[in-house]
Amino acid sequence: MNGWRRRGGLVVTALSEREAGLLRGLVGQVRDMLAARVAATPPDELAELTGITVGPTTAPTDRVLARLLPDFHREDATLSGGLRALHEPELVAVKDGVAGVVLDTCPARGGRVRLSDEQAQAWLSALNDVRLALGTVLEVTEDMPDELPPEDPRAAHLVVYHWLTWVQESLIQALAGP
Amino acid sequence: MTTPVELEQTQVDPAVNEVATVDRPWLTIVWNDPVNLMSYVTYVFQKLFGYSREEATRLMLDVHRKGRAVVTRGSRDKMEIDVAKLHGAGLWATMQRDV
Repeated sequence: MNGWRRRGGLVVTALSEREAGLLRGLVGQVRDMLAARVAATPPDELAELTGITVGPTTAPTDRVLARLLPDFHREDATLSGGLRALHEPELVAVKDGVAGVVLDTCPARGGRVRLSDEQAQAWLSALNDVRLALGTVLEVTEDMPDELPPEDPRAAHLVVYHWLTWVQESLIQALAGP
Repeated sequence: MTTPVELEQTQVDPAVNEVATVDRPWLTIVWNDPVNLMSYVTYVFQKLFGYSREEATRLMLDVHRKGRAVVTRGSRDKMEIDVAKLHGAGLWATMQRDV
């Protein structure tokens, strides 16, 4: 991949088979984690009657999900819980939606990717979600080195993380202009 | 600068004071985190709130350097929507009452 470019109203790039597979795998994993969160929410009789989807009131215990689905208030747990119940279903739907756009537009075997602005925005959000997930697992810090010593078990994953950062940065430049 | 606090306070009606508390605006705060890119945070501020690139950049730098920035202020309902939008974009945002 040589980065994203604007061409004739579209945002375009080309991915190798390996890059496409990596990206699709990561985006799919984030999607699966979110689906597991929804599946773990106990059914609510009242919600079934009213047709209004209500989310859980407690933050995820998993640190990746907790980062993707943050609290609304830092101290007020009651307020946070109430707002989470109200907003989490839509937030999960938004994240699931952007992941779906990537999976629909990224050819599994690699090749050209041609996106409308709307699709490119979805890619931007999905790339960010994947970086948040990976960054949380890797415990990334602001002064993270470019490379870790080869004996560090995170070394190979950090290479992927930095690649995703570059892909996202390039997409922002294509969308926002220099 | 200073204000005549004591003189004012003696004339405040408790009921009026309570109304003022209810009306106290809420803030949407974005917190620094090590993953989100500076360019992305700037882009999100422009897209979600219609800030100019200069204003969005200034807010982003506040988040980066000071660890947090107030990005919008207003009613509780409005801040709730803003926080939800920021969560959608993957930013670490919370709301709180202005103090």
